[in-house]
Amino acid sequence: MTSTTVTAAEAHAHGEGHGHGDHPPFLQHHFTDPAQQFDAAKLGLWVFLLTEVLFFSALFVLYTSYRALHPEVFAYASNFLDTNLGATNTAVLLVSSFTVAWGVRNAQLGQRKLLMINLVITLLCAGTFMGIKYVEYSHKYHEGLLWGGNHHSIFKADAEEIPESVKEHSKAWSTGIPEAGVPAAKALSPSMRRKVGTFFATYFLLTGLHGIHVLIGMILLTWLLIRAGLGHFSPEYYTPVDLGALYWHLVDLVWIFLFPLLYLIR
Amino acid sequence: MSHDSHTHDGPHVVPLKTLVAVLIALLLLTGLTVVTGKMDLGGFDLAVALVIATVKATIVCLIFMHLFWDRRFNGLIFLFSVMLVGLFLAFVSLDAGEYQPSVEEYEIQELAE
Repeated sequence: MTSTTVTAAEAHAHGEGHGHGDHPPFLQHHFTDPAQQFDAAKLGLWVFLLTEVLFFSALFVLYTSYRALHPEVFAYASNFLDTNLGATNTAVLLVSSFTVAWGVRNAQLGQRKLLMINLVITLLCAGTFMGIKYVEYSHKYHEGLLWGGNHHSIFKADAEEIPESVKEHSKAWSTGIPEAGVPAAKALSPSMRRKVGTFFATYFLLTGLHGIHVLIGMILLTWLLIRAGLGHFSPEYYTPVDLGALYWHLVDLVWIFLFPLLYLIR
Repeated sequence: MSHDSHTHDGPHVVPLKTLVAVLIALLLLTGLTVVTGKMDLGGFDLAVALVIATVKATIVCLIFMHLFWDRRFNGLIFLFSVMLVGLFLAFVSLDAGEYQPSVEEYEIQELAE
């Protein structure tokens, strides 16, 4: 017992004795060398990403089990989502993932200006993504495409536009084929309406949680941009850029699955 | 195919060409999934969409996230998270299937009222 305490105390004293002279300024005292510090930080981030995957998985599992039980609800509700906006957002996020990966390369090579430009482009992409998301959300709000009991979608003025799958599910309950201008939700049976409400609850939870992650990513990217501007990063030390980029890629990964699962249901 | 990732002579720098190629591949795959999503694939729609999404995700993980050159342990952690999601999904699906008859019974009652 005593000997271990002494050894620990000695080691501590030894560590203190090193002083700051022969250490790079970014190296923390509990790490032997920059490589070890980098590996530890990266390992920590991957463990964090594991918790993120599981965090999102709760909603993905809800989605999957609900869709397995009620495929008709998903086919119906997906008609109200705009595939073009979803695809555009996918492309925007992919480009941002590319620029941030390029940014990591810039940091590794000490290209400060290019790193800053790439971070700005990534930020602009993130802003575009949120802008398109805003357009989608406000459209859904005005059309009554909301969650649970708040769902009260209305057919468009042109009755020709009512998709087959909608007619199919409305006919079963109401007297005939739904008319334009008639609330679509009213043509649905109570249980169908409830299930469609659940689909939109899942939609808003999944895209909302993802959107929050995009916003957090934007804060991180801004912080990285400021630090890059202050000249904090070098080929020897760019850990924050690397880890920030990994986080941003995860945000992209989640969307890669969200897009086909929500927008591309026939 | 560099497998000397366990040495400490500094981290791997991905060539710009590779990054551009990955971006183009990802955009093409997105176009492909939009096209196949609009086609009638006879019940395989979801499977095709998921396969394309998984391919895209794998490319992002291996190249953009450096897992191809990174320490294997980091990749193992990520793989582990995917396996845990599979386990999660399996148990929830079993449970949801188990309770479905009583849910349907309730809905039939509701319709009768």
